[in-house]
Amino acid sequence: MQGSQRAPLKHSPGRTHRISKTATVPTVMSHTPASPECVFMAQNLTKVYGEGAAAVQALRGVNLRITQGEFVVLLGASGSGKSTLLNILGGLDNATAGTAQWFHQGETHALTGASDAELTRYRREHVGFVFQFYNLIPSLTALENVALVTDIAQDPMRPEDALALVGLSDRMNHFVSQLSGGEQQRVAIARAIAKRPQVLLCDEPTGALDCATGIVVLQAIEKVNRELGTTTVVITHNAPIAGMADRVMRMADGRIVDIQVNPHKVAAATLSW
Amino acid sequence: MKALHTKLWRDLQRLWAQVLTIAVVVAIGVAGFVGMFSVHESLKGSRDSFYSDNRLADVFSHVKRAPVVLRDQLAAIEGVAEVQLSVVMDAQIALPDAQAPVTGRFIGLDLARVQAQRQGLNALTLRSGRWPERGNTVEAVVSDRFAVARHLQPGERVNAILNGRLQQIHLVGTVVSPEYVFASRGGAPDDRTFGIWWIDHERMAQAFDMQGAFNQAALRLHDPSWLQPVIDQADRVLAHYGTRGAVGRDKQISARIVSDELSQLKVMGTVLPSIFLAVSMFILNVVVSRQVATQRSQIAALKALGYDDRDIVWHYLGLAMAITGLGLVSGLLLSRWIGLMVLDMYDEIFRFNQLAYGTTPWLVIVAAGVALTAAILGTWGAIRTVVRLKPAVAMQPPSPPSYRQTLIERLGLGQHLSAGTLMVVRNFERRPWRSVFTVTGIALAVALQISGAFWLDAIAHIVDIQFRQTQRGNVVVNFQQPVPPSVVQDLKRLPGVIHAEPYRSEAVRVHWRGVAEDGNLLGLLGDTRLLRPVDEQRGPIQIPPQGIAVSWLLAKKLGLQVGDRIEVEFRMWHQTRATVEVVDIVHTLMGKQAFMDFETMNTLSRDGTGASEATMQVDPLAMAKFWEAVKQAPVITAVFDKASSLAGFQETTSRSMGVFSTILTLFAVAMAVGIVYNAARISLSERAWELASLRVLGMTRAEVSVLLLGQLGSELLLALPIGAVTGWALASVLMHLMSSDNIDFPVIIAPSTYAWAVLIVMAAGLLSALLVRRRIDRLDLVAVLKVRE
Repeated sequence: MQGSQRAPLKHSPGRTHRISKTATVPTVMSHTPASPECVFMAQNLTKVYGEGAAAVQALRGVNLRITQGEFVVLLGASGSGKSTLLNILGGLDNATAGTAQWFHQGETHALTGASDAELTRYRREHVGFVFQFYNLIPSLTALENVALVTDIAQDPMRPEDALALVGLSDRMNHFVSQLSGGEQQRVAIARAIAKRPQVLLCDEPTGALDCATGIVVLQAIEKVNRELGTTTVVITHNAPIAGMADRVMRMADGRIVDIQVNPHKVAAATLSW
Repeated sequence: MKALHTKLWRDLQRLWAQVLTIAVVVAIGVAGFVGMFSVHESLKGSRDSFYSDNRLADVFSHVKRAPVVLRDQLAAIEGVAEVQLSVVMDAQIALPDAQAPVTGRFIGLDLARVQAQRQGLNALTLRSGRWPERGNTVEAVVSDRFAVARHLQPGERVNAILNGRLQQIHLVGTVVSPEYVFASRGGAPDDRTFGIWWIDHERMAQAFDMQGAFNQAALRLHDPSWLQPVIDQADRVLAHYGTRGAVGRDKQISARIVSDELSQLKVMGTVLPSIFLAVSMFILNVVVSRQVATQRSQIAALKALGYDDRDIVWHYLGLAMAITGLGLVSGLLLSRWIGLMVLDMYDEIFRFNQLAYGTTPWLVIVAAGVALTAAILGTWGAIRTVVRLKPAVAMQPPSPPSYRQTLIERLGLGQHLSAGTLMVVRNFERRPWRSVFTVTGIALAVALQISGAFWLDAIAHIVDIQFRQTQRGNVVVNFQQPVPPSVVQDLKRLPGVIHAEPYRSEAVRVHWRGVAEDGNLLGLLGDTRLLRPVDEQRGPIQIPPQGIAVSWLLAKKLGLQVGDRIEVEFRMWHQTRATVEVVDIVHTLMGKQAFMDFETMNTLSRDGTGASEATMQVDPLAMAKFWEAVKQAPVITAVFDKASSLAGFQETTSRSMGVFSTILTLFAVAMAVGIVYNAARISLSERAWELASLRVLGMTRAEVSVLLLGQLGSELLLALPIGAVTGWALASVLMHLMSSDNIDFPVIIAPSTYAWAVLIVMAAGLLSALLVRRRIDRLDLVAVLKVRE
């Protein structure tokens, strides 16, 4: 269902593909690189902001692997590096060192070192974003905000269907200012999934919301993950949300310090904080 | 990308007031360019087809009296294609309903050729009535402009003194002539007191004793490149018959004034629109930059969603293009209105076969190209920000704008300033270029207003110099040829005459170091009272008993200095040359002129004592009797009635200058509103959060308004004096660009013009600020504080 007719960035079937000349794919890896269910793999990912004395090391050699359809929660305090990691996986930012790859229809694509145009195409066709502050366009209605994405995607849903999926069929023609925070975030989710992305990346999706509203939003994300099978990564500093994940990764000081498989995944509706 | 288009449309709707004010500025730029150049093209097209259809001559030469047998010699000059010889004489005319006589220029018309529809050079086009025929009465056609100004209809009869004999003239038609598109004796519009009359050339020759003779030769050339050699040859052929010197079309008075006007249209059509487009660039820059800054997180989100730079750049360029496009379309509509108004004005001054307004496609294409390029250049800075913005910004909260201590504070003066003043000062320092542009823009609005209004000052100055200080008498009369001063003594005996002075005015050629320049020499009595030329800088000119005073324009042309001994060639009455010392260089308003003592001039010209004109002071209460007597005085061929000339001059110029100056005032106001309103709106949008916070903290509306508008107010106050200086500079530039060989106008700007310009722009600025102030009053504190930029 997802992206079956879409072309990946660049591909040569059956082998690892380098998006950029500078990106190098390690020949020895701890995971199977071409594993069919693998979606993301990062190897020794490092990110440094600034130079010299003012340099801030945001990521200090992150290794991870995320598989198809997985619901991953990245937990960590402010400044732990989780947003930086998400930005790199989402093609918003480049790593300073290390590699990050994504896999699609048997192809391997390097994210590290890819050009702006390649990353734009990657985001346009394969990634859905949900931001902490929604980042909706206030001059557009809910429906038009979703249409922003369906206008440029190759095989999108109808914007109405995307909004129905997050339970906003009756609010489609409202402007952003006429929607509550929770509704705005659900519009953002509808906007993110309307392109039928391979992965859904959510940055503190409930960060600006109260508990009850936050749960409605998480239910929408849960539904997308379950019904569309979209690989989902949610970053949050809100520990109870980890309850709905397949796996929970904890970050601190630019590293993944703990990875736990969640054997007792619970429904979003049962969460509270 | 429909949703992005929807966003563009909604942004435009939200910014409607700003869109409108910028579009108006663009529209004015476009309208000025297209309107002025359309008028230029229409006028030029009408002129060129009129000249070519009616075969305007390329060279004109006036002689005292020459035999028509010279025709063959003139035709034999290499480069000459056609020769036309005619008799042209001025005479006074008594119109039925007018107290004062007017001047008529009578020209002989070859009726046979007219009937055969082979008029030759300088052909006339009949506007109304019919062509003259031979018979017992003298039939005439008259210039259309004069007929309109004097409400003359074919069928009316007037009395004229032709060469001393009273003749009744039967007006049978009105005509237009390529030689008199602009009919004037001295260069000023003169339709009420100066008309051109064409009568049978044989009748003309008889009346003026010019059988077998001519006094004007008109030549058509095979090719314009022959101009100078033909002029030289024609002068040689006619030298012994008294000539003012042959001139090309560029110096023929009517053709010269039309082409001067065309050059001025080009200047107006280039300088003013450039200012407007530059200002629109600046406002667009501010508005689009602000739009990009406000929508930073939206842009980043669009990038994160997969929109590439090109899509987003086009989106913001689209905003600028839409505003400019609106301005362009309205500008094209406005150009028609301006164009028609200006053309209408020319239609009252010039007479062609036809004059119709038209805009050529290339003008529209150039206007669109220039306006859109200006829009792109104006938004370029903002566009670069869009490209540089990283999509990851969508994930980050905005950082507070960076401020630092200003120069004033670093100098330790900060402690004397209130927190509010510090905010204003820091805003200045944070965005110095924006302040510079705002000040420049407002200053340009002031300058524009001055450059529109100063023409009225210039005209008032000309009127003062020419009509009040120089022409101190109220009547000037011309004689057919120089007369002895005793004739002037006789004039003193006419009823009502208080004083009369003879003077002599003659076209001469001045030679200096192998270079020759034509000019006009005025011989005045040493103790002249009624005609007293004035130096711009020094007041009345002292006529030297010996030697010659030359005008600055003539001195500049020849490189003359005081003490140089120049040769003056008298060419008209008694061909002779005399060497004379330059004793003074004077700034007169117009022309290449020279002045010397009346007696000295008569001695040097070796033709005894001759007055060509006389200036008189007549008792205003006795005017009626005086004019009656003048109408009976055969020696007087032309009269200049100061009161009616002045009235005519002022009526025409104040109407045309009024049109220009009103248009420019509207433009200046639009520009000031465009700049101040947008600056205030941007300032409000940038600082709404801060101002609302201050309101929450307990500040009154007035206090926060001062914080917001304080900066703009200081910019406005700073801009006004700069604008006054810029206005002077712009007026000087326009004057310089429009100047010709014949004008030496100083830039005169009355204090009231400065004051009005400053007041008008200040009022426009205050009005714009008040509109924004209303928005501050309506600031929704809760909503503003909730908005996250």
